[in-house]
Amino acid sequence: MSAATDTPVGSSVVPSTWDRVRSWSPGQRYLPVIATVVVFLSLFSAGGIRYEGFADPQVFLSLFLDNAFLIVLAVGMTFVILTGGIDLSVGSVVALSTVIAARTLEAGWAAPAAIAAVLLVGTVIGLLHGVLIQYLGIQPFIATLAGMFLARGLCFLLAERSIPIDDETFSTIAFATITLPGGYYTTWTAVVALATVVVAAYVLARRRFGRTVYAVGGSEASALLMGLRVARTKVAVYAVSGFCAALGGLLFSLYMLSGNSLHAVGMELDAIAAVVIGGTLLTGGRGLVVGSLVGVLVLGTIQTFISFDGTLSSWWTKITIGVLLLAFVMVQRLATRRQP
Amino acid sequence: MTDTLTPPDLPEATEPERRASRLETARRSPLVWPVLALVLLLAVNTVATPTFLLVDLSGDRLSGPLVNIARNAAPLVLIGLGMTLVIATRGIDLSVGAVAAIAGAVACVHIAGSPDPGAASTAVVAMSLALACCVALGLWNGFLVSVLGIQPIIATLVLMTAGRGLAMLVTDGQITTVTNGVLSGLAVGHVAKVPVAVLVALAVLGLTAFVVRRTALGMLVEAVGINPEASRLAGVRSRTIIWTVYVFVALCAGLAGLMIAGNTNAADANNAGLWIELDAILAVVIGGTSLAGGRFSLAGTVVGALFITTLAVTITNLGIPSQTNYVFKAIAVIAVCLIQSPQVRHALRRRRTPARTVAGGAA
Repeated sequence: MSAATDTPVGSSVVPSTWDRVRSWSPGQRYLPVIATVVVFLSLFSAGGIRYEGFADPQVFLSLFLDNAFLIVLAVGMTFVILTGGIDLSVGSVVALSTVIAARTLEAGWAAPAAIAAVLLVGTVIGLLHGVLIQYLGIQPFIATLAGMFLARGLCFLLAERSIPIDDETFSTIAFATITLPGGYYTTWTAVVALATVVVAAYVLARRRFGRTVYAVGGSEASALLMGLRVARTKVAVYAVSGFCAALGGLLFSLYMLSGNSLHAVGMELDAIAAVVIGGTLLTGGRGLVVGSLVGVLVLGTIQTFISFDGTLSSWWTKITIGVLLLAFVMVQRLATRRQP
Repeated sequence: MTDTLTPPDLPEATEPERRASRLETARRSPLVWPVLALVLLLAVNTVATPTFLLVDLSGDRLSGPLVNIARNAAPLVLIGLGMTLVIATRGIDLSVGAVAAIAGAVACVHIAGSPDPGAASTAVVAMSLALACCVALGLWNGFLVSVLGIQPIIATLVLMTAGRGLAMLVTDGQITTVTNGVLSGLAVGHVAKVPVAVLVALAVLGLTAFVVRRTALGMLVEAVGINPEASRLAGVRSRTIIWTVYVFVALCAGLAGLMIAGNTNAADANNAGLWIELDAILAVVIGGTSLAGGRFSLAGTVVGALFITTLAVTITNLGIPSQTNYVFKAIAVIAVCLIQSPQVRHALRRRRTPARTVAGGAA
């Protein structure tokens, strides 16, 4: 009892707000994201200095418009990579989603029914991956590779050519703009993408499921011994990724207003690259959804850079992304080696 | 013990036993399922086209569907062989498609820019140059994996992303077309009636099999894959071995890239060898080599590569639209992997055993 009454005296010196601000340093887990933000800001300001009109806030907003689908894909991929897995199927699921949306709308379905069908198919494909990986012992790489082929093949079965989407609801959403103060605008697809990021960040940071995802990625054996629901979580992350891929596919069909089997070839690599550039460790256990968002913005800025320049050839996009990937992986490698 | 006691002059007693044990060995061999799958595909084709298995020996070259399959599978077999060794060390190489594109691009650009584009010497120089580039790229991948200790999947993803950009940089974004007898001969030529591509693939297979099975190298590769730390403590130079396999796979990819370029007489930086890394990984997995490293089977990979190529041929042979190939590929991969999955085998065995005991108890 006496100890309890003594301690408040010692700790009664409450640091002032200024002291707290002055002595605050970002936690270890925020460092990779901060590095990504620094890269993004320097790329963006380099563009602003070099090209007229690049530093316009609308260019920044356009990054969200043009990459809304990729943001959503990267969010789903973050869940999977945090558990130490990988999902190669997301690009094909995006294509399948655009085809299903176009096909069902063509058949006269109402827009909400088409959207529900797309999201359902994506989630079921993700669930199947999870079951194959968790209960049947197939490696994530192979299981999702098979899923990639399956989804792409189903696309061709459903539609051999490009199908335009001329549904009223879809085109209304696609063309609607939200006016922001200052004459700038954004679209609903960008809002959906940002909402996905917020929800995912909340789930990962605050919900039991999210914390289990980190635990499984940190050490699956420990998570199992702690009595966490490892199997259920591992299946669920693939379902989340499948759902996000389907949602990304919906955003992509709004962006393209067509369903095509050849959409989004290789987009899974962009999503993985964005997640890695965003500071998430591929071995799992460490990373933030916000990082993946900034990773997508970095990729988008590189593309904007090249389209602003006009003289740079398109292949520099690929080379720059490769170099950035390399830089981030090396920095991560050094950072993790220093720890015991 | 019983074997030594059995007199050797009683073959009647031992023959069925020996046959049974041989059957048992065959049944347990990891090769049995991929081979069965391949035989099944060939059977389906023979039913659809009775002349499918016939090889025409009469002309100046072998011809027939089987020869075409072997020729078309050659690049995949080559890359699969390299990929098998990489996967055996618990690695993976996603960059082989990009490396193949770079090899084709370097060779074609050199031939197109030389004063005598049709000469054999030009082709030899161009091919050597391309393969030298591939060795450099393999050294780079191996450096990232073995020296810096970066995860193989992400280390090679760097080159997979940047590689096609580099290939486009080499060709300046154009599809460089060339006419050179030696380069196209690598893909479509014949020596003693046999396609050169098949001969090259067989030569690399023979050489690889000899080196990994007749020297200690294969065992060392497996040791590194099973437990890198233990093998290092046991005095295995795991770093050198890992580095070597990445150079080897890049070299294989380079040869495959030259074949692809020779086949079309052009370097297409965007589409040459597109997704061949995934097919190669599938071939390795179908062949029974685990992605977790360790034991590997070169023969299995060859069967896997032939299976993937035959599947594509089967689809067109049956008159099914070729795009649906993806669906069948997915189903085949899942089926073969499920059959090989320890969990599934275990579950099946457990289900079979209690059923038998229950039946015995009831009787």
